[in-house]
Amino acid sequence: MWVTLQITFLTLGLGLVLALPISFGQVYGNKWIKAFIAGYEKVLRSIPELVILFLIFYGFPRIGVRFSPFVAVVLGLGFRSSAYQSQIFRGAINSVSSAQMRAARSLGMTNLKGFINVVLPQAVRIALPPWTNEFTIVLKDSSLAYALGVTELLRQGGYIIATKYEPMLIYLTVAAMYFIVTLIINRGLGSVEKRLAIPGFDVKETVR
Amino acid sequence: MSENRVVLRVENLKKSFGDKEVLKGVSFDMNEGETKVIIGPSGTGKSTLLSCINMLVTPDEGKIWLEEEEVTSAKNINRIRQEIGFVFQDFGLFNHLTALRNVMVGLTKVKKVEKEKARELAMKELKRVGLEREAKMYPAQLSGGQKQRVGIARALAMQPKIILFDEPTSALDPELIGEVLSVMKNLAESGMTMLVVTHEMGFARTVSDEIIFMEHGHIVEQSAPEEMFKNPKNPRTKEFLFKLNELYGE
Repeated sequence: MWVTLQITFLTLGLGLVLALPISFGQVYGNKWIKAFIAGYEKVLRSIPELVILFLIFYGFPRIGVRFSPFVAVVLGLGFRSSAYQSQIFRGAINSVSSAQMRAARSLGMTNLKGFINVVLPQAVRIALPPWTNEFTIVLKDSSLAYALGVTELLRQGGYIIATKYEPMLIYLTVAAMYFIVTLIINRGLGSVEKRLAIPGFDVKETVR
Repeated sequence: MSENRVVLRVENLKKSFGDKEVLKGVSFDMNEGETKVIIGPSGTGKSTLLSCINMLVTPDEGKIWLEEEEVTSAKNINRIRQEIGFVFQDFGLFNHLTALRNVMVGLTKVKKVEKEKARELAMKELKRVGLEREAKMYPAQLSGGQKQRVGIARALAMQPKIILFDEPTSALDPELIGEVLSVMKNLAESGMTMLVVTHEMGFARTVSDEIIFMEHGHIVEQSAPEEMFKNPKNPRTKEFLFKLNELYGE
C-alpha cells in the first residue's frame, strides 16, 4: 500500500510541476511554444501507459540511461499525467473571461498581478473537480508498476496469493483498498471544493 | 471651478487593425470637471478610442496626455492606468470576489492601501452608487444594473483623474438603464471628469457639456448638446440624429 501511495503522490507531483508551466505556455506562449506543447501532449496521450513504461525501463538503457523500476514508473506515469493535467489547467485558465483580465489591467495591474489575483483563484476552483478525477486515475494506474516488478499493492497481493492460495479473497481485498483510497481522495478534495465554493460560481456547471 | 485646466489631451490619434483603419487622426481635449459624450454609428472606432486612451489598445500614431504626463510614451503605464478609470460594457467584474472586494482589490493590490482603510474607502464608493447593502454579494447574485454600479464604484475607488465609460448601459435591460445613468449623472454633477461612449441621447442631452459625433474614424462634429441637437452643421450628423430620433422618438 505504501509503495502504491508513493507512486501515486510522486507521479501526481511530477505531473503537476510539469503541467503548470506547460499550461502557461499553452495559453500565453508564442506559436512555437504552443506547437511544441501540442505535439508533446498528443504523443503522450496517444501511447498506452504500459508502452511508455516499457520504453523508459527497457528501451532507455540501450541509449545508456538506466532507471530503477520505481523511478521508471514515476517518470513514465508522471509525464503522461502532465499531459492530462496541463489540459485541465489550460481549460480552467481559458474559462476565466478575458474581460476580467482587461478590467484588472485597467486598474493598473501587471499581467502577472492580474493572473495571480483574478485568473488563478477562479481557475483553481474550475480545475479542482477534473483534477480530483486525474488523482484517482493516477492511483489506479500505479498498479501498472506491477509490470516492471515494483512491489506495489497489486504485486503484494500476488505474493500473498502464492503462499495462501486465496485469489478471490485477496484480490477483493486489493480492490477494496483501491476503492477506499479513491473514496478518501474524493471526499477530501470534495470538501476542499465545498470550502472554496462561491455563490453563482457553479464549478460543476462550468466543467461539463 | 477651474474650467480650463486640461485633464486629457488627445492629438491626432490613429489606429489600424490589419488594413482597416479604425481611427484616422482623432484630436480633442477634456477640461477638468467636464463630461463629454461620444456618439456615432457602431464600428466607427468609439470604443477603440477609449481603449487607446489607457493603452489597453496601443495606438499606431498620435499622442495622449493625462495632465502634464504623456501617456503614449510612458515607461510605467500601470501607474497611469490607476489614474484613468474604465467602465466596461460587459462590467468586467471579478466573479470570485464580493462587490466590496471587487472595489477593494485595486486599492490593496495596486495602490497598496492597507486593508482596513481600503475597506472603508470601498464602502464609501459603494454607498455613493447606492449599493452598501449589496457589499457582501457576489457578481452572480447582482442584477446587471447593480453589476455596472459596482464597476463604477471600482473605478471611483482608485481616485482617478478621469473615468472612461464604454457603452456602460448597452448590455442592460431597459428597466435597469435608469439606475446606472442616474449614478453617472450624480458623478458628473459632483465634478468628475467623464468621457462617455453611449447611445443614450437623453443622457447626452441633459448631462454632457459637449457631444462628439464620430464616424468612420473621424470626429465629424463637436459641440454643446443644444447646438448639436437643434442645429447640427454636418449633414451626416443631421442624418444620424434623425435616425436616432426615429428609433427612440425623442
